[in-house]
Parts: sequence; C-alpha cells; structure tokens
Amino acid sequence: MTRTEILEELKKVLNPYTTEKEALANINEETDLIKDLKINSANLVDIIIDAENNYSIEIDYDSADKMTNVGSCIDVISEKMAQ
Amino acid sequence: MSRRVVVTGMGVVSPNGVGIPAFLDAIQQGKSGIRFVPHYEELRFSCQVAGVPPFDWEMLRDYISEVSFYGLKARGIGYGLVAAIDAWKDAGLSTETEEPIWDTGCIFGNSVADTEAMKNVITRVDNKEAKKLGSRVVEQSMNSGVTSYISGRLGLANSVITNSAACATGTQAILMGYDHIKAGYAKRMLVGSAEYVDTYVFGSFDSMRVLSRKFNDEPEKASRPMSASAGGFVPGSGAGALVIEDLEYALARGAKIYAEILGGSNNSGGQRQGGSMTAPNPAGVTRCIEEAIERSGIDPKHIDAISGHLTATMADRQEIQNWCTALGRSGDDFPYVNSLKSMIGHSLSAAGSIESIAAILQIVHGFVHPNINLEDPNPGISELISTKSLPTKMVKTPINFVAKANFGFGDVNSCLIFSKFDN
Repeated sequence: MTRTEILEELKKVLNPYTTEKEALANINEETDLIKDLKINSANLVDIIIDAENNYSIEIDYDSADKMTNVGSCIDVISEKMAQ
Repeated sequence: MSRRVVVTGMGVVSPNGVGIPAFLDAIQQGKSGIRFVPHYEELRFSCQVAGVPPFDWEMLRDYISEVSFYGLKARGIGYGLVAAIDAWKDAGLSTETEEPIWDTGCIFGNSVADTEAMKNVITRVDNKEAKKLGSRVVEQSMNSGVTSYISGRLGLANSVITNSAACATGTQAILMGYDHIKAGYAKRMLVGSAEYVDTYVFGSFDSMRVLSRKFNDEPEKASRPMSASAGGFVPGSGAGALVIEDLEYALARGAKIYAEILGGSNNSGGQRQGGSMTAPNPAGVTRCIEEAIERSGIDPKHIDAISGHLTATMADRQEIQNWCTALGRSGDDFPYVNSLKSMIGHSLSAAGSIESIAAILQIVHGFVHPNINLEDPNPGISELISTKSLPTKMVKTPINFVAKANFGFGDVNSCLIFSKFDN
C-alpha cells in the first residue's frame, strides 16, 4: 500500500472517533489526532486496536506511543505491514 | 430548614411504553409490557417471559454524540440516558452547555453493571486477549457507568452518585436527591434508576424459583400481584428519571410543576425479627412507612393511594398487612392500592423510579391505574382490606397524596410521599 492508500484507509478507521468531519475529510500527514480531530485520548487505544484488525498487523506499545498524528500513524502502519 | 422540593421533569423507558405520553396511555389502559422471550426458552429458564421495553437502540443516536454512540453496548446505560435526557428536556432545560452546571447533581442507581460487558472482559482476559478490550469496556462495566454517561452528557457538576439498594434503589435515589436539595447542597437533582435484566441476572433469579413459570404461553397474564394465582415475579427492564428542584428555584424560572415530594424514609429491618437477606422484617417496613408519613407532615388518613412494591410473590400478603399496620387503616377504610408490576413486571433497581413516575402521573391526571390480572384476589389480602381498594379498571378520581414504597433484598426499605402541588 502507498502512503496515500494508507491515509485513505486511516480516514475510515478514525471516522467513528471524531465529530470533526470536515477536519477528517481534509487530513494530511501533519494532522494531529487529539488537537485537530479532537479525539479523546482514551480512544487512541481503540484506534490502534482497529488499525491492527484493519491492516492485519500487530502494533507494540512503543510504536503505539508514536502514533499521535496522521504521518506517524502511516509510518507505523507501513513499517508493520512490511514486516 | 423549610425548603420544599418539587418534580419538574420526567422521562421513562418502560416495558409498556417509552416516553411519558406512551407510558401514561399504557398505565391508564392497563396495557401489559410482558412478552415471551424465545432466548429464555433456549436457555431452559423456567420463566420465559419478561418486561422488555420497546426500545430501538438506534434512537440513542438522537441523544448522544456519534463518538459516544459508537461502541456503546450496555443496555442499562442506554435506557438510563434516554430517560434522563427526556426528563431534562421535559423540565425545559437545555441539553447543551459549555460550563459545568454546579448547582445540579445526579443520583442514579442500578443493581449491577452490564454483565454482557463483563462477560466480554472475562472471556477476553481468559483467552489472553486483554490487549484487545479497548477503551470503552471499563466505563460500561463499572457500576457508575450510568451516572457517568448522564452527568457527562448534560454537564451535571454537583454530587454525582450511583446508588444501589436492590429493589429499593429507585425510590432511594429520589429520596437521596430530595435530601440533598433539602439540605441546601444543590438546587436541582436529576434522580432515578435503570436496570437491564439480562440473561445472567435473570438466570440467578430463575434458580431461586421466585419467578413466574406457569404463564409462559400467556405472557400478559404472567405478572399477577396480590392474586390467589400469583406464582412469582416477572423480570423487567427499563429506567425512570425525574428532575427535582428547590421550589423557589423552580418557580423563579417558571418551571411547570408535576407534584411535590413531601418526604420519605430509608431504613433496614436489620435482617432481624423475620427479616433476612430476601425477606423484609415487618417492623422495618412499618417503621419506614410511618417515618415517611411523619416527616411529610400529613396524617395517614390523607393517603389516597398506595403504589406498592407488590411483586406477585408470597410476600404480597405480608406487605398489605404492613401497610395496614403502618397506616392504622384496613377494611373499607384502606386507600386504593395498585402494583405497576402487574403490567411491566419487576424491573429490580428501575422499579422504584418507574413506579414513582406512575404514582405522580396519577396525581397530575386524577386517576388510579388498574391492577391487571387481579380477577382472583388472594383471600389473605381480601380479609385485610376491601376489594374496592383493589381497582382492576382505571378509576378516575382526584388524587392528592400517594405513598410509594419499595422493599429490597438485604432487608432495605424506601418510602416516599408525593402530593399534588399547592402553593
């Protein structure tokens, strides 16, 4: 998957966790999950679990801690998919 | 301290009606909310009927944010949210606020947290999959989940308490809210209770052999309080919520007033003198009723109607005996008495709040709702009180004072006195 393809998939993963639909439609690699999408920090755990199911990967705690903006989410997902 | 406390909003999720208009119509018509549940037959329960609210889960989307809705599965929380937010809107209050509402608290009870959420936890943990539980499980398996969702949705920032006192939970929550306002700690409280009687809770009662089992093919006849053919209670689910306010505060904002709470009592029979884990000590019950009346400043002869606990078990006769003792009234002098459980079954923790709403509606609209399935009054009851006190059809009559009581496992009692509001 290319980074653009992962980003498009990621939008679907993030959708249930944000009411900021306009911000979600316009996300880019700089978009911050908590600040820009107003995602509850507890929900980051759910996003990681959903991403694991969605991309058939396992995300360890250290990698999960890095997933704070869209770019870092794509980094971790593409790295794990390559393993 | 002479603060008066009034009811200014109500919301209900009942097996025979969701929302006050549907519920009012149902209790006036004597409409049953008891249904056959095929799943209970599959589980080989002896009792295969239950009071199940006609609740479309998707309706919750209109009450909470999409993010909050996503992942919410606990039905008791869903019922509680709908009843509470309906009551809040009914009181004419805004559901949107940027600021915490410091003068309003929430006391809402339940008996257990969602056991299906717990089952999910247990199964995943036992399968070594704790990592996959996610962030939404704790909030739905904690007992205070219901108050957390309600107070969070509405911004309630005074005391937020989840009470639990078995079948006395709902009336206890109302009384705790009343006391809190009366003491001057809050101007307004959102009070009530919720219950989702799922298969695990239901199965435990089934094993105690206290449930109705002879009317599985005639569900609407299964709940028969005070009748000779009563054979145990029918479990039910739902929620009831009331907005209660300091009178002056309610008048100042021009709120409509349904009724006044005059007073009440919570106590326990101490599991002594015949009281046990499952049976109330008669001395505790009579004392609870007497205290409620005394604190309300009325004479027992003023009580127009009793909304009993009356579950359709062996305890019904003893309960009527206790009311006779506490009120000093019997025979033709006994007030009307009814059991909402004849129509909706026994929704455990939610019973007290749903029944309180029925009691208040009787005051507001001047009627006594029928006891359905009471063709054959228990002779042990009809020798204590006149059958004229046991309406089987709605009676249209002015109602000024209603006594509402519930008695719970653990020998705990709660009694409230509601009156027509008269300034």
